[in-house]
Amino acid sequence: MANTPHISVQNLNVYYGQNHALKNISIDIPDKKVTSFIGPSGCGKTTLLKTFNRLHDSSVDVRVEGKVLVDGEDIYDSKAEVTHIRKKMGLLSQRPFPLPMSIYDNIAYGPRIHGMRDKEKLDQLVEQQLRDVALWDEVKDRLNTPAVRLSIGQQQRLCLARGLAVQPEIILGDEPTSALDPKSTQKIEELFVQLREKYTIVLVTHILRQARRVSDFIAFIYNGEIIEFAPTEELLLNPKEELTKEYVRGFVS
Amino acid sequence: MIVASVLIVGGFFLIVGTILIKGLPALSLDLITKTPGGGFYMGKEGGVLNAIVGSLYIALGSSGLALILSLPIVLYINVYLKRSSKLGSIARLSSDVLFGIPSIVYGAFGFTVMIYFGLKTSLLGGILTVTLLVLPIMIRTMDEVIRTIPKELLDASYSLGSTRLEASKILIRQSIPGIFTAILLSFGRGIGDVASVMFTAGFSDNIPTSIDSPAPTLPLAIFFQLGSPVDEVQARAYASALVLTIIVLLISIGARTLSKRFSKNKI
Amino acid sequence: MLVLTILSVLLAVFIGLGLYLRSLPLLELKSVGSLLTSSVWKPFKGEFGFFPFIMGTLWVTGIAIVVALPLCLLSGIFISEYAHHRVRKIIVPFVDLLSGIPPVVFGVWGVLFVVPLIQEYIAPHFVEYATGYSVLAGGIVLAVMIFPLIISILLEVFGTVPRELKDASLSLGATQWQTVKFVLLKRSMPGIIAAIVLAISRAFGETIAVLMVCGNLPEVPHSVLDSGYPLPALIANNYGEMLSIPLYDSALLFSALILFIIIFLFNAISRIVLSRIERRMN
Ligand SMILES: Nc1ncnc2c1ncn2[C@@H]1O[C@H](COP(=O)(O)OP(=O)(O)OP(=O)(O)O)[C@@H](O)[C@H]1O
Ligand SMILES: [Mg+2]
Repeated sequence: MANTPHISVQNLNVYYGQNHALKNISIDIPDKKVTSFIGPSGCGKTTLLKTFNRLHDSSVDVRVEGKVLVDGEDIYDSKAEVTHIRKKMGLLSQRPFPLPMSIYDNIAYGPRIHGMRDKEKLDQLVEQQLRDVALWDEVKDRLNTPAVRLSIGQQQRLCLARGLAVQPEIILGDEPTSALDPKSTQKIEELFVQLREKYTIVLVTHILRQARRVSDFIAFIYNGEIIEFAPTEELLLNPKEELTKEYVRGFVS
Repeated sequence: MIVASVLIVGGFFLIVGTILIKGLPALSLDLITKTPGGGFYMGKEGGVLNAIVGSLYIALGSSGLALILSLPIVLYINVYLKRSSKLGSIARLSSDVLFGIPSIVYGAFGFTVMIYFGLKTSLLGGILTVTLLVLPIMIRTMDEVIRTIPKELLDASYSLGSTRLEASKILIRQSIPGIFTAILLSFGRGIGDVASVMFTAGFSDNIPTSIDSPAPTLPLAIFFQLGSPVDEVQARAYASALVLTIIVLLISIGARTLSKRFSKNKI
Repeated sequence: MLVLTILSVLLAVFIGLGLYLRSLPLLELKSVGSLLTSSVWKPFKGEFGFFPFIMGTLWVTGIAIVVALPLCLLSGIFISEYAHHRVRKIIVPFVDLLSGIPPVVFGVWGVLFVVPLIQEYIAPHFVEYATGYSVLAGGIVLAVMIFPLIISILLEVFGTVPRELKDASLSLGATQWQTVKFVLLKRSMPGIIAAIVLAISRAFGETIAVLMVCGNLPEVPHSVLDSGYPLPALIANNYGEMLSIPLYDSALLFSALILFIIIFLFNAISRIVLSRIERRMN
């Protein structure tokens, strides 16, 4: 891990009421690389991703302890400004959740919130982002129709574009392809590979092949703990821990 | 936002507080243990026991009747009909809609029916009209509870070879707290309603002795006393309102405690 | 069982039919249009103009909604999006209890609190003399009565907005309030409208509480401090005499029919909208 870490997690614990969902997690997520989290269902992957974006803030009964440093700043510091932190990261969830508005307004939502009013600039930006996710040609004639009318695959690309429109540094993807057909999945994966040059990407996935195709590093989480963290090939082909071996066995054979 | 919430919760305390402050001084044992004497509405001796008992009769009678009518309906919707059944959703929709029909319309309707059959205002008329009024409450409340019972329970009992009737029994046993909640909610509504009974139950200064004698009701007694020009009588109206409020609050709290487990914030 | 179920579904039809048959004698003499638009109310002369009563109803209902809606929206948003769950557990039961209080008690409260408040503190700023018995008093009492209905529906509707949708907005750097404004409210709009329509129809039909504080003058109100005479109050106030004057019963039951039809339609529409919303969620 040559670069300085972009996100540095130190002794992170997360509790849902009594349920200790993340146990003493420490990990350095490298800059401008793709890092994947793998692990069985319910092990805490989504929970971890949400802590990066402070999305637990608004949920009652969730306790977060420990530090998460982004660019060296602790985002859980009481002085940290939450909207500023969230703006640094684009989030892609398990299923696409387009906002209840038009395609255009979905993309323009973030920039508008951050004060961009100039119609021309917005137009330009919307077009640029839609081109970046290879959606422009498919939707350019119906920018003002509700975004929910798009296919699921298109919606997910729209959500990616929406996140990129606020010029984040980090992209968080929580199984972003799990609701998509193979063709759309492939498109999203290709996008990730392209985007890795400009962004730090953190990906949660169930599909080991996908992790191998797109990621530089993989962390294996089991039952709320990070069991192993290593470069992709190493973790998949030559795991050190017993638990990891067991989990990736199917992949090797 | 906090201010708005405080105002709304405050509304409750404002009402109860006002009634308490104005009602408490005039509250006496006589008020709840005696029937009106001569000249009661001019400020002489007596109480509103007649109305309390009348209201209890009506609330009890109509909740009981509504229970008998609604239980088969709810079971039919939930046991005999498929989840996707058209009739089921129409029945649910119509109970929702009937729930929204104001009591004055029920009262007017009850009145037309009574004229048609040549009935006089009476306890029976009151009970029947209030039954219509609380029927949707019963159906909605019980249906909501029964729907939360896992379908697997029914499937399991069918696979053991039980009939629909037996399955219904299981459902009933599972939803007893819900049924009690429904009864209490209906009772509370029945005891507090005016517009439906003013047409149909009539009013009198005596405790009703038979099903076809006119039945006084507490809310109506409050209304009449409030209309009196005599201060003491008005004060007794406040005290009667206090009595009614206490009864209804006890019932609501009871219903809430029972339904905690099923509570959504549906009204 | 089937028979009972069908009967319960048909109850609404029976009610409508029963009221219609009873209003027929009046409807045979006068057209619906003239009944609804005439302002002359002289039962002894056979003149039944419902316009003042309809206007009375509209004024009271309008005031109630104007007072209740902003308060309920704000507190609904607070309860569902901002409040700690302990706070919510304190607020919601009181809203429930409020819904259980009988109308006549609201009426007594109106007489004891709202009417004097208007007479002594509000009205003197605008007019020389007022009794306080006014459509404003009716509207305020009604507003408090419909709080629980509106809030409970709002909470249910807000509850169907997926967490992830709000997260999506937050993760773009929107503040919580921006998320509420642009996502929560936007997405809940059909439900909010349904809640308003239900509240309107509840307010339309409320009788005794309104009757006690409105003043009941059969004239079209021209300001919030004028008294008014809503339709339900008309029915309730005169049921005693209605059989002794020709056509009077027909006229009163016709007003019950008007109430029934409007409220039935409003309820049916908004309940259908609400059940659509619920189904979309599942
Ligand atoms: N809002 C919540 N309240 C209480 N417990 C929760 C909540 N969300 C998640 N959990 C619990 O925390 C643990 C971790 O959940 P999480 O969603 O992070 O798992 P995951 O790894 O993302 O699983 P999946 O692969 O199925 O998405 C689980 O045991 C889950 O039941
Ligand atoms: Mg997950």
